[in-house]
Amino acid sequence: MTVNGETASGETAPDMPDMPGAPGVPSSMPPSLPPVAAHLADGEWHRLHWASPLLKGGFVLVAVLAFILTNLRERLVELFIPTGPGPGDGGGGGSGGGGQGGRGNPGDNGDIVSLVYSHGQTGIAILIIFGVILVAIAAFALAWRMHSFRIGSDAVEVKSGVLFRHNRQARLDRIQGIHITRPLFARLFGAARIELTVAGQDAKVELAYLGSSQVDELRREILRRASGVLESEARAAAQAADDAGVGATVGDASGFGSPEPRPGILNRRLGEFLAPELDPDAAPPESVVKITPLRLIGSLVLSEFTVVLLLVIAALVVSTVFAHHTFILFLLLPSVIGSLGYYSRRFTKSLRYSIAGTPDGVRVGFGLFTINNDTLPPGRIHAIEVTQPILWRPAGWWMIRINRAGHASSHGGAGQPHTLLLPVGRVADVERVLGLLLPGLAVASPTDASDQQQLQRLVLAGLTARHGAGFSSTPARGFWLRPLSWRRTGFAVTPDAVLLRTGFVWRRLSVVPLARLQSLHVTQGPVRRVLDLAALDFNTIAGPVRAKLGVIDRRAAVAAFTELSAGAVLAARADDSHRWAGRATPALHASDDNPLVPLLPTPEHPETDR
Amino acid sequence: MNPAPDSHRLSYGTQWRRVSPKYVAVEIAASIIAGVVLAAVSVFFILVVRAWFGWWMLGASIAIMIVLLIVAPRRARAIGYQLRDDDLLFRRGIMFLRIVAVPYGRMQLIDINRGPLGRALGLSDLKFVTAAATSGVAIPGLPEAEADALRDQLIGLAEARRTGL
Repeated sequence: MTVNGETASGETAPDMPDMPGAPGVPSSMPPSLPPVAAHLADGEWHRLHWASPLLKGGFVLVAVLAFILTNLRERLVELFIPTGPGPGDGGGGGSGGGGQGGRGNPGDNGDIVSLVYSHGQTGIAILIIFGVILVAIAAFALAWRMHSFRIGSDAVEVKSGVLFRHNRQARLDRIQGIHITRPLFARLFGAARIELTVAGQDAKVELAYLGSSQVDELRREILRRASGVLESEARAAAQAADDAGVGATVGDASGFGSPEPRPGILNRRLGEFLAPELDPDAAPPESVVKITPLRLIGSLVLSEFTVVLLLVIAALVVSTVFAHHTFILFLLLPSVIGSLGYYSRRFTKSLRYSIAGTPDGVRVGFGLFTINNDTLPPGRIHAIEVTQPILWRPAGWWMIRINRAGHASSHGGAGQPHTLLLPVGRVADVERVLGLLLPGLAVASPTDASDQQQLQRLVLAGLTARHGAGFSSTPARGFWLRPLSWRRTGFAVTPDAVLLRTGFVWRRLSVVPLARLQSLHVTQGPVRRVLDLAALDFNTIAGPVRAKLGVIDRRAAVAAFTELSAGAVLAARADDSHRWAGRATPALHASDDNPLVPLLPTPEHPETDR
Repeated sequence: MNPAPDSHRLSYGTQWRRVSPKYVAVEIAASIIAGVVLAAVSVFFILVVRAWFGWWMLGASIAIMIVLLIVAPRRARAIGYQLRDDDLLFRRGIMFLRIVAVPYGRMQLIDINRGPLGRALGLSDLKFVTAAATSGVAIPGLPEAEADALRDQLIGLAEARRTGL
């Protein structure tokens, strides 16, 4: 495919009519082209969607242009259709304030344009303005032309920049997450942004923007290549899945190229605009968790933020009523009103939440206006934390946060970074999500039903039990360091993860997959030495989750240190999730568990010494 | 103090490899520098600010320096590391004891630093960096040749046991 003929969008032929102003639009494309993703991921250089410059900031230019044009309208009309001074001139100033009424043309707007015009510099001014506009358009077009990407079999490469050339290449098997964002404006143009994050500071490849339907295809193709599944297998699977009779091109299993009559461009745009997830084949349509708007509102209202807000309001009322300090009211009232915006923002960003497991990882979607879609390939989760703020306890709600290596620039659910996987959910929801995140952990994979039940009970105990229940117990000496939570503090080991139960007021269950554990600490300061205790610290990638056991019996700590440091090595050796599908049995590739280690849900020190 | 604090002391394994005995000199120098800086601040308070607590500060800083000097040899001896089959163990600290286990496969990079005093004594500091910022394995006071050999050995081990992130 030649770079010149390939437009920004690279969409197939029927899409062409909707990009009239696109620079470099080809006359036509053969309709027999392979489907889009295989086409975009063919290893050749491609360009972005034609509307990208517009969506990435060109709206400012359009606004300036519109402003100038509205101001110039009368003048232009006069220029090209000379009618002489008359009512038309006065009409031009009708909308203005008439501030300059004294000189120049009567009824001048008082703006720069008319000032220049009245001083006889018309031609120069118009030339300069149009020159600037032309240069800006040319710059945008040039930047667009110079921005290209290609997706090879094991890497994605982006070239950009006009004066300062920039070339970035990222390996596909290092991808930590794929984020697809569809802002409201971009959806009007049928465009979407895809971000591939890898581990590291500012380590991401952003393709903004591509065609909305292309993005889904592209994601699937990238995930397939990253998964290490053999091309022949993929083709066979695609063929099997494909009852519509589409050509068995690699990675294509959607109805994009289906022979049935296409809906009109308007209908398709509308469909794209409304559909939260455009790729029903890749993700099971059913989300495992449903968050009703009511629960979402409840979770927002029952937050620490509300408490602070109520305190501020109370302070305001008290200070105005009793102390007559009205200036404080004027000082703080705007921010109080502004906080309402915080609620609505979080609300709209968390609406339409969905989470589902796919063969290529967990997919989380959310957002009302800006639709976000985040795919976490298997084995990219470094720590999980299930917490329950004290205010949520009566409702029985929990939230799930994770540590992950890649950080996208776009924000996740509730406007937070992409580490909040479940904004609010009940225990059953938590179990389902944990089952997706760590298939070996909760409910998905263990073949033995009793094992499965044991694990499920363990998770439940980690969430709500006050002591014991399969977790190690802390000696009563721990009271001096954790007066409330010492009973709850404990850990449990499963074949591929360690569970830490802490917190009495803010109940917390941290799960660290042993295959992702970076290192393990055991520490003891003077106070813990006197109490014959120690602390156990699980070091993972930086993130919101800090997996730490503050109090633990010294001997238990040493035993756990021995066992877990060996377990981490074993798990890391057995782990092959960076090429999650490249194993012998592709049917099992969603499960990440390690069958080598026997199940050890019973810790070393069951509740004896207290 | 507890009647038998040492029986509660965290201990792990026995075959710890110690750092060079010369590292004590680095610890002593660091203690003296810390003491001198504290004393200088105290003198500033005595002479310029004429604060009432200036002399107390001076006394306290000298006392701190003496304590640091006394524990310096023990602190140096408390630093140890073990090369196990699949992971590196590292310990340091007397009062605040810390033992870390890092699987070799988790290595991201290895730093070797030489400070001015360490260079004069022929010592290097080796730092084992993982993807978790909190791992913090920094072995100070290794003889230069040993540090280089250890680095090569660790890199070899990490290569043989490489894992994903």
